[in-house]
Amino acid sequence: MSLSSTPSSSSPLSHLWLTRPFSERSTRIFLAVLALALAVVTVLHLALPAGHPLHVSSYTVTLLGKYLCYALLAVAVDLVWGYLGILSLGHGAFFALGGYAMGMYLMRQIGDRGVYGDPVLPDFMVFLNWDSLPWFWHGFDMAWFAFLMVMLAPGLLALLFGFLAFRSRVTGVYLSIITQALTFALMLAFFRNEMGFGGNNGLTDFRELLGFDLRSDATRLGLFLASGVALALGYVVCRGIVGSKLGRVCIASRDAEARVRFLGYRVERVQLCVFVVSAMLAGVAGSLYVPQVGIINPSEFSPLFSIEVVVWVALGGRGTLYGAVIGAILVNYAKTVFTGVMPDAWLFALGGLFVVVTVLLPKGIAGLMTRRRKADSDTQLKEATP
Amino acid sequence: MSLLDALADRDRVFDFLVPASSPVDVRHGPILYLEDVNVSFDGFKAINNLNLTINDGELRCIIGPNGAGKTTMMDIITGKTRPDSGQVWFGSRHNLLTKNEPEIASLGIGRKFQKPTVFEALSVFDNLELAMAADKRVLPTLTARLSGEQRSRIDEVLETIGLESLCGRQAGILSHGQKQWLEIGMLLMQRPRLLLVDEPVAGMTEQEMERTAELLTSLAGKQSVVVVEHDMGFVRSIARQVTVLHQGSVLAEGTMDQVSNDPKVIEVYLGAEEEA
Repeated sequence: MSLSSTPSSSSPLSHLWLTRPFSERSTRIFLAVLALALAVVTVLHLALPAGHPLHVSSYTVTLLGKYLCYALLAVAVDLVWGYLGILSLGHGAFFALGGYAMGMYLMRQIGDRGVYGDPVLPDFMVFLNWDSLPWFWHGFDMAWFAFLMVMLAPGLLALLFGFLAFRSRVTGVYLSIITQALTFALMLAFFRNEMGFGGNNGLTDFRELLGFDLRSDATRLGLFLASGVALALGYVVCRGIVGSKLGRVCIASRDAEARVRFLGYRVERVQLCVFVVSAMLAGVAGSLYVPQVGIINPSEFSPLFSIEVVVWVALGGRGTLYGAVIGAILVNYAKTVFTGVMPDAWLFALGGLFVVVTVLLPKGIAGLMTRRRKADSDTQLKEATP
Repeated sequence: MSLLDALADRDRVFDFLVPASSPVDVRHGPILYLEDVNVSFDGFKAINNLNLTINDGELRCIIGPNGAGKTTMMDIITGKTRPDSGQVWFGSRHNLLTKNEPEIASLGIGRKFQKPTVFEALSVFDNLELAMAADKRVLPTLTARLSGEQRSRIDEVLETIGLESLCGRQAGILSHGQKQWLEIGMLLMQRPRLLLVDEPVAGMTEQEMERTAELLTSLAGKQSVVVVEHDMGFVRSIARQVTVLHQGSVLAEGTMDQVSNDPKVIEVYLGAEEEA
């Protein structure tokens, strides 16, 4: 191998970490497949009549939009787990926080059309005999503020949590357990009516988003496409990070943290920054998820959900990013089918799938593809070096 | 002369006035100077009145039986262990006893541990890139881009350690010896003035040993190299100057022939090894 063929040397765009991904083959393929899928669904939904066998119904469009949100969440988890070696079992918390921020905006958008007809207070507050908005509900009537909070709220939580955890060098299993405890604690807190987030029932009965009726087919298609674009952007950001020198520092600290410190890198700061970015992406995923499913309640904080996300990533292939997307979509599609056909069997099927993949495909579904490519490059190298 | 100038002139007297980043002063010859160093752990004297001088550009081998204090000596130089008494100077300007580990590393003392730790999931090239002296904060690292100069520095080190043909391969597939060389290369990326190498050939094959000997000899002159080694054959093949440690102090010093004919050395070390 000659020295000039070392990685990322030829492209004129390689000076910007965010544009570098576009010169990578895997990113181009991923974006092309995603764009094609979005286009096909849109065309099949709009152009074909409702009775046509290939027609994609509005229900399916929303379902696919939900999968795309899950896929973005999985990408966020893969960024910290696959590249930084931090197994977060609490990413559902960031997802739910983003969802709640969006939910609060949607609640304020209802205005006086609620059951009780109060112009300011959401229904559950009237029901609880509250006479004014809690302080943290202010500002959520403005879209820009709410959309900012979608990223800021999970980001700040991750910043605080990560600062404390990484500074005291909590890693491995201990960190996983603490993230699990974090999401569990938030779930218990959000279940309480006094918290002011609708308690058990959460936030629901949404009507419109930025003036678009959430029940109309056009808005649903728009949300589906927005989820696709968010996934593409999130993917490019993550790919940009892992393809940069910072990404190589992440991989290095995943495998030999002390050695990276010895080289002069502040590992805890790297971990903190990447963790916060990941939490913000999870928040965006949650915010697009909520208007599509029409409800956000504390069960999104459930530890079980966060563990499920990790299973998606493991199934798809950890440390590849596109593997996380494949895993999230496949598992959730399987979930939709299975829970429809045999509701009781789903958890067994998920568990079985997890065991089979861990034993037979330790690198997940994505491992199947890279294995073939690696074999190719190995033979090339053997030919090149005598 | 103004008062300010007079104060500034005093940095010859008070070493705390010397900026930490000032160059290593080797005009007087030695790059490393240890005088009357003592360390004891729970009453056990690991280092006992150790005196050692390493000259700039020298390749020095340090041998000695187990427990002679070789590793403790390395720990003192790199700031990991504080001596109970004595002086340790890097050049004639930097008092190492007043500095912590990262400061000493940034002064230009690189240490290679016995067990090679390279980043196995990354390519050989990337391993060297990460080790390169650069702005190591998060954002500069995210936007970092190799300059032509840095790239040629990496190529230069790749050539020195003889891994050019493997530069795109994952470090995990390297043999034990190649990993050792890569780690020496990672140290070289930081342009150290003094390299401390702990048992570099443990577990190596004959050919790998020969290659390592060539590598270390080629480094001397540009850098000063201190090698701690058990393998007498290897020491014989590279050493110009050998220091024998025994019970925490210097037993003998000289060329390999001189020390191997020294009766005291034969008694404590070489003799014991030949019997075994």
